[in-house]
Amino acid sequence: MSNNNVIQVDGLTKMFGDFTAVNAITFNVEKGEIFGFLGANGAGKTTAMKMLIGISKPTSGSATVAGFDVFTHAEDIKKNIGYMSQKFALYDDLTVKENITFFGGIYGLSRARIKEKSKALIEELGLESVANNLVGSLPLGWKQKISFSVALLHDPKIVFLDEPTGGVDPITRRQFWEMIYKAADQGTTIFVTTHYMDEAEYCDRVSIMVNGKIEALDTPKKLKEQFKAANMNDVFLKLARG
Amino acid sequence: MSITVANISKSYKNVKALQNISFDVKEGELFGLIGPDGAGKTTLFRVLTTLLIADQGNATVANYDVISDYKKIRNNVGYMPGKFSLYQDLTVEENLDFFATIFGTSIEENYDLIKDIYVQIEPFKNRRAGKLSGGMKQKLALCCALIHKPKVLFLDEPTTGVDPVSRKEFWDMLKRLQQKGITILVSTPYMDEAALCDRIALIQDGKILEIDTPQAIVRHYPKPIYNVSANNMFLLINSLKGYKFNHSVYPFGEFVHYTDNRPDFNPKELVQYLKSENLLDISINKTEPTIEDTFMELAK
Repeated sequence: MSNNNVIQVDGLTKMFGDFTAVNAITFNVEKGEIFGFLGANGAGKTTAMKMLIGISKPTSGSATVAGFDVFTHAEDIKKNIGYMSQKFALYDDLTVKENITFFGGIYGLSRARIKEKSKALIEELGLESVANNLVGSLPLGWKQKISFSVALLHDPKIVFLDEPTGGVDPITRRQFWEMIYKAADQGTTIFVTTHYMDEAEYCDRVSIMVNGKIEALDTPKKLKEQFKAANMNDVFLKLARG
Repeated sequence: MSITVANISKSYKNVKALQNISFDVKEGELFGLIGPDGAGKTTLFRVLTTLLIADQGNATVANYDVISDYKKIRNNVGYMPGKFSLYQDLTVEENLDFFATIFGTSIEENYDLIKDIYVQIEPFKNRRAGKLSGGMKQKLALCCALIHKPKVLFLDEPTTGVDPVSRKEFWDMLKRLQQKGITILVSTPYMDEAALCDRIALIQDGKILEIDTPQAIVRHYPKPIYNVSANNMFLLINSLKGYKFNHSVYPFGEFVHYTDNRPDFNPKELVQYLKSENLLDISINKTEPTIEDTFMELAK
């Protein structure tokens, strides 16, 4: 194993009965890389991601995530990754501080460490004035930023972002991407799924799944050259429509 | 005018959802309301479809007043809410039949209008709506909104959460409906969809930032804009933000969009500065502004 790879996937497959949801996908993701994982609805993205975060057992193939085998060490994977999704992120009826404390506890941080992290996070995001407000009362953009920071609380090697930035205004979205660049610069690997093709352009490398297979994988720049496309949206349309 | 909105305001408790909004939509126009979550798009749709009464201002749809002629408006508009609102436990065909019956018509009577869209979901006509994929639900919802041949169609974020292939198909369908003479007001948080509309209104925090054709909105961008790239994105963004002459610095995919606050900006100076910040492979090239650049400049 050459090992700057934080994710190594080889021939990973998932079948539901006769249906092959994920068909022998193979790829690696390096430390500190921002990796975009794209595909149309139903292409198998979510199923693939579930296997990588240790909540769905593959049918065949192999994969290690943060150095742990997805077949035998799924629990260790869960402890060593961060996860953030648009659908599930924070508890609306807990305050900002309570959410941080709760997730810190879940990730097994000591009280002292939680206190320290909580202070740093609130300061960095400039949330002093709302630290004791319910998360539900905050604008969507703030929730997303807090949610990302919470996913990083336990200093995971990788953070999985599942459709993280839908619906926010363009300035807030860019602030969010600046946070991602910062985390990546500090060596955290970012694995992100998105429907926004313009957002795929922010990734170091991008893979595109079609019908369970990875049909393209490269830097956005090279994919655009390869498909003679002006932008990633055109690349995606050319691939997904066949 | 197909839609007129004059000084409409609406507040909920302590949130000013719409603040003195005015605009018109011409007959047969495809008009886009572009803005993020919480901008007030849905509130405006609800006022225009007579589901909500504004605190102030007037509005007409298909020449009917939203207050005094609300019943006539309901018969003459189609509304596709952002949240899927069909009956999940009725089949595709039952849903369509239901909506046709409510409006005193039948599927057969207006089949021409929905034919192109309906044939795509017809193979699943006996499937319950709740069991359809996202793209198919969206097509069914559009059929149901069209089945009584409305004059004006309201589509609230029809493409949110939909993949690029289905999004493209959906916009192609809208263009065809427009050719049949239907006026369309569509909202979206996707800035790249703005270019597909005849005219757009950029909306944020209950206020309209600008109304014009997408081409004109981009032309109004006040400054030359540059694509900057270098070997380390994080360092590049921070260095540009620390440059005392910057007017705006926004990441844009593999580049950063940069504008300078001096009238006589010389990119060579910026290259020197970025080198002094230890960046390598620096490139600075003039580029064209996008709707998003304009939106961010106006929202600043």
